Amino acid sequence: MNFTWFHRLGSPPYVYALAERLTPWFAWSAALLILAGLYGGLVLAPPDYQQGDGFRIIYVHAPSAWMSLMVYTSMALAAAVGLIWRIKVAHAAAAACAPVGASFTVAALVTGSLWGQPMWGTYWQWDPRLTSELVLLFLYLGYMGLRAGIEDTQRADRASAVLAVVGIINVPVIHYSVTWWNSLHQAPTVMRLAKSAMPPSMLVPLLMMLLGFTLFFGAVLLVRLRAEILTRERTSQWIREALGA
Amino acid sequence: MMEFLDMGGYAAFVWPAYAITFAVIAANIIWARRLLRQAQASARRRLAARGEQP
Amino acid sequence: MSAGSAPSVLGLPASLETPAAAVSAWAAARLALQRDLTLAFRKPAQLLQPLAFFALVTMLFPLAISPELSQLRLVAPGAIWAAALLASLLALEFLFRDDAQDGTLEQYALSGQSLTTLLFAKTTAHWLLTGLPLACMAPIAALSLGAPAPALGAITAAVVLGSVTLSLVGSIGAGLTLNIKRSSALLSLLTLPLSLPVLIFGARATQVAIAGGPVLAPLELLAALAVLGVTLAPLAAAAAVRISLE
Repeated sequence: MNFTWFHRLGSPPYVYALAERLTPWFAWSAALLILAGLYGGLVLAPPDYQQGDGFRIIYVHAPSAWMSLMVYTSMALAAAVGLIWRIKVAHAAAAACAPVGASFTVAALVTGSLWGQPMWGTYWQWDPRLTSELVLLFLYLGYMGLRAGIEDTQRADRASAVLAVVGIINVPVIHYSVTWWNSLHQAPTVMRLAKSAMPPSMLVPLLMMLLGFTLFFGAVLLVRLRAEILTRERTSQWIREALGA
Repeated sequence: MMEFLDMGGYAAFVWPAYAITFAVIAANIIWARRLLRQAQASARRRLAARGEQP
Repeated sequence: MSAGSAPSVLGLPASLETPAAAVSAWAAARLALQRDLTLAFRKPAQLLQPLAFFALVTMLFPLAISPELSQLRLVAPGAIWAAALLASLLALEFLFRDDAQDGTLEQYALSGQSLTTLLFAKTTAHWLLTGLPLACMAPIAALSLGAPAPALGAITAAVVLGSVTLSLVGSIGAGLTLNIKRSSALLSLLTLPLSLPVLIFGARATQVAIAGGPVLAPLELLAALAVLGVTLAPLAAAAAVRISLE
């Protein structure tokens, strides 16, 4: 098998150049999809028979929640790659992911809370999803805190990578344990718009938003990754050409 | 139009939710670009200080 | 055997020191355990601190909520477990700190013995010194918060199992934050999310025990968590310590 592509991805100048080229594609396609999704979700989709227009929060809440989990998984994967194959670029990517994931976790929590008030009558509830989102936020903060606390970049990379990988075991455990706990309590019903029950006019904009946000993450990651690479590759020759270009 | 803004009575919840999400999106864009600009400026300064033209 | 000229690695008489290769992993682990226990008993005040903290935190609840036992009984599961979690976090500082400072941890890493095994031995010692006493105090705390006497056995079992997992999970965070100054807040931030399943199931077990219900299921879940911790946590802790010692 030809693995040169994998080895090339370990080379900072190659990744830097690739990131620079790819960013506009991710950015513009993200913008298009998000705008289309917004129009579809806010204007075209009919009001929900139960929640009226209030359900439209889903078009920002679901993508935010999806981002919070997807970014963490990407971060943990990148960290694992960096740890196993000792690839610095992978560690740089993991570092770049964290603030993005944390910010969308906050967005998910706030939008979820705003959705909860009219629907459940309370801004907060120790519902399985909300609680595991909150835990996820602490995982991100712990990751960023650990990175900030260790001065040596290489050691910070590897320590936070261990944390990210250990944390990923935690995510399904937390989610399921809270579900079991609540099911034993017979908790109030969790609000769910089952995807299969959603008519296409509601579902399609949602999918567009999900994809759009994912591509947005790609664009932001590529920009942050370039910044990380530049900061780490302090004395390398290739930077001269890359910046001059 | 007013109906749209009113969101069936849920305006006080829907619009802040959208606002905060797009604030997060905007913040990410601004922050990431600023980081890159700073990293590039810092790299240029270092190269210049070492007497090599970027 | 002129081991007397070599520096004493484990703090034991020279006659007991042999080259690492000649010592089995089991013997090394036992020696590490004995060392930790011996050293800890020279500073008994340090052992009592987490226990005193646990008692104090437990005391906060009747003062803050209500002295009525009927009301405290409702809060008791959460209160006991929150207190136990916080007390074990406090105790976690002592796990690696002294050994990291005087270089023993580095000796362990360089000794040729499996660092995983040695750290597991250290964590076991730590649990014997902090988790187990905490588990012994738990029934008293539960009683003071209104738990009925028949529930105490199950509550103690739950805290025993839960504290095992807490010590193991805590060793990972402790390993990651070895070299960070003033790391107690960060250590808590790292360890608490990983400890939440223990908290959830432990509180659940306590609640069921107080209500007199089927307590075996949550206890089995706690046991499963402990087993998971025993198998995975020492590996992660060893990786963390190696990274911190680089």
